[in-house]
Amino acid sequence: MKLTQGKINELLSESACEHNHKKDHQGKHKSCKQQAQPGAAQGGCAFDGAMIALVPIADAAHLVHGPIACAGNSWGSRGSLSSGPTIHKMGFTTDLNENDVIFGGEKRLYKAILEIHQRYQPAAIFVYSTCVTALIGDDLNAVCQKAAEKTETPVIPVHSPGFVGSKNLGNRLGGEALLEYVVGTREPEVTTPYDINLIGEYNIAGELWNVLPLFKQLGIRVLAQITGDGRYHDIACAHRAKLNVMICSKALINMARKMEERYGIPYIEESFYGVEDMNHCLRNIAKTIGDQDLQQRVEQLIAAEMDQLNQALVPYRQRLKGKRIVLYTGGVKSWSIISAAKDLGMEVCATSTKKSTEEDKARIRSLLGKDGIMMEKGNAQELLRVIDQTKADMLIAGGRNQYTALKARIPFLDINQERHHPYAGYQGLIEMARELDEALYSPVWQQVRQLAPWEVS
Amino acid sequence: MATITTPTKSVAVNPLKQSQPLGAAIAFLGLKGVMPLFHGSQGCTAFAKVVLVRHFREAIPLATTAMTEVSTILGGEDNVGAAILTLVEKAQPEIIGLCTTGLTETRGDDMERILKSFREEHPELNHLPIVSVATPDFKGALQDGYAAAVESIVSTLPTITATITAKSSIEPSPNQVVILVSAAFGPGDVQEIKEIVSAFGLSPIVIPDLSLSLDGHLGDTYSAVTAGGTTLEQLQSVGNSVFTIALGDSMRRAAEILQKQLGIPYEVFPHLTGLRAVDEFLQALMDLSGLSVPQPYLHQRRQLQDAMLDTHFFFGRKRVALALEPDLLATITQWLLSMGAEIHAAVTTTKSPLLQTLPIETVVIGDLEDFEQLAVGADLLIGNSNVAPIARRLNIPLYRLGFPVFDRLGNGQKCTVGYRGTTQLLFEVGNLFLEQEESHGPTISSAPQHSNSQKA
Ligand code: SF4
Repeated sequence: MKLTQGKINELLSESACEHNHKKDHQGKHKSCKQQAQPGAAQGGCAFDGAMIALVPIADAAHLVHGPIACAGNSWGSRGSLSSGPTIHKMGFTTDLNENDVIFGGEKRLYKAILEIHQRYQPAAIFVYSTCVTALIGDDLNAVCQKAAEKTETPVIPVHSPGFVGSKNLGNRLGGEALLEYVVGTREPEVTTPYDINLIGEYNIAGELWNVLPLFKQLGIRVLAQITGDGRYHDIACAHRAKLNVMICSKALINMARKMEERYGIPYIEESFYGVEDMNHCLRNIAKTIGDQDLQQRVEQLIAAEMDQLNQALVPYRQRLKGKRIVLYTGGVKSWSIISAAKDLGMEVCATSTKKSTEEDKARIRSLLGKDGIMMEKGNAQELLRVIDQTKADMLIAGGRNQYTALKARIPFLDINQERHHPYAGYQGLIEMARELDEALYSPVWQQVRQLAPWEVS
Repeated sequence: MATITTPTKSVAVNPLKQSQPLGAAIAFLGLKGVMPLFHGSQGCTAFAKVVLVRHFREAIPLATTAMTEVSTILGGEDNVGAAILTLVEKAQPEIIGLCTTGLTETRGDDMERILKSFREEHPELNHLPIVSVATPDFKGALQDGYAAAVESIVSTLPTITATITAKSSIEPSPNQVVILVSAAFGPGDVQEIKEIVSAFGLSPIVIPDLSLSLDGHLGDTYSAVTAGGTTLEQLQSVGNSVFTIALGDSMRRAAEILQKQLGIPYEVFPHLTGLRAVDEFLQALMDLSGLSVPQPYLHQRRQLQDAMLDTHFFFGRKRVALALEPDLLATITQWLLSMGAEIHAAVTTTKSPLLQTLPIETVVIGDLEDFEQLAVGADLLIGNSNVAPIARRLNIPLYRLGFPVFDRLGNGQKCTVGYRGTTQLLFEVGNLFLEQEESHGPTISSAPQHSNSQKA
């Protein structure tokens, strides 16, 4: 796949993407085509998004073709955990110098791939283009192909220069690379009628491990984890699954849709956050691929889990009940976190809807109630204003807003990439309740708001 | 005396190096009311911001001109202007620190011309200083970008702002000194340096002053730009200083600029850690101020000497492997040698005239893959948080220093300079040796633990 404007437009107007549903094909919804605003843009680039989507493949090497900025400030920092190999945690980059920029970086790239293969023998090598290497016109496809032949290892070009767009677009570019070069290139040793793929779950803080045991218990086999704690070989076999389960995000919707097109695999969209969504997810999987028997087992499991969960949550529910939160996320996760918060008896008084689709928004509106505020734009000032206005007790947001909240002496919970606690599944809800409780009831709040004795008149 | 080698390989594995714009951003963040602005695509800014937030545990002002594919082809002029206007409206910065990136340097954006035409179009913003610095990602490292930003600050702000505000005739101050602080020093170091210098009756203008912006203190209100740091007023009055103290060898060029442009003499102090280095610094402050060393420092000196006696058992002949940027590498090297330890390996990020002069055999300009090979057999590793997985694999203790350190608290106040900071450092590193000796003692089995790098 070469990255052409046509390709980018296709990904932006991805037809299964809700952003476009309500419009005809020319009119892209604004959140898809939205351009980064000079001076105001906050988010990551397409390269960042492609890395987020693919780096969780733990037995592959991820080579960044560009100057030091792209890899140097980001390697090793992603929170996707692996149960086995950890080569995905290593930072590989061609670290281009001035000479390469002038004369082209292809030679260095070719040698870099060979060196990685020789020293680390990864299952595959993903090669990411970045702004500078796209600008100087390095032929990524040709180099990767030549290196793949030489090393007899899959070498996958990922065309993800940051300047083509946002993280979301980058996610899809990562998905495209998998579709184009990986999925369908190998065959699984065995298949079962209960084979599913998980798409768009990155195993941040080990979240997947809260959920996989449930599947196992039910006799549902996860064929490929795309890509949390994923393995190259498994993803290459993903075309043999009976169902694709998209988790909590439209980031890789293009994969689900095209796999349906190419291999006839249906897909469903689910979330692992909150009781209701977790229940819905298991039931829906059982309904789509299962027989009566599986459906029954799901009901039994849900009943047992709910029992346990309700007991475990009793003390937290009492303390969290009625607490007011402001939620600020990239948008896609909004509704699933809202429903998790509601499970705990908390009230969401405002949430961001910057990247949400119309469908998401409708759902959010119904969950929020009539007084809820939906924030279209967001920066730190706006956020603080809304917290003040709604008299919220705490902020739930991504790490970058942590210090906005703390400096304003407002309790905070991190729900993004870099966090250290898994909130998925039934277990995750307990973890989340514990964290929320800890944040809200910490004895420091009173102290940091307190005046010194000599200030009290 | 040291030989400098650069491994010949085409791939950097686990880079130690970080990009110039990141360094420039740190330097700018030491100015009050600043908004650093990267001229490039949005990702560069987002990544830099994340690293800075993780290290300092502070909200970090940092903006982007948000170059897209189209604007990259057409040229970034409009984006620079649009970004500045948006920032003026939304964040009301007192200073903008404009850094180029790999993308815009490769394109060859002419920043001087872009700023000139922006000034012509927006005379209403003439009062707003914009400090521009070239920081291509494909050259140099964090320390270079930081130094380049300081050079731009001292070559533009004292003169430009003075003419803009016509306040150039401030009283000459016989006690006023400029202190240039390199990337090797953190906010806690700067605070200690200011205290020492002030104790000699001197009034320091510290450039950049991270101790007021990234030290970690709870302000009263929200600020979209840095709430503290070197003020514009201070920068304007730099010309009235009698002397420049450059801390860290990479500050030499900035000091030279001040000498050339404003006639201020200077001296470079490459280190402020270790007895000798601090002695020399205090002697210089004595000479400058005409005052003798204040009593508390005489006492601190005795405390340091005592600490050296207590800790030397643990330092003697210890082999230490270092992965640090040049200035910091040089400081830690001379300090460790002064305690009887040995440098087992030294890996750094970028060229520096300082490296040759180090009294060790070789310095490798390389990455953490090189470091991991060279560090085998060391008793201690010193480097940033990315060294932690290596420390686990090699089962060697790690002392975290440099940037970024995201798995330790308190980076905003860590201090390793002066007698007090050196003493503190001696105890912290000494404790690691001590712990190691206890656990590797003859009676206790010292089976290496299985390394677990996935927790990285
Ligand atoms: S915006 Fe471009 S140069 Fe910057 S990090 Fe992203 S890919 Fe790299």
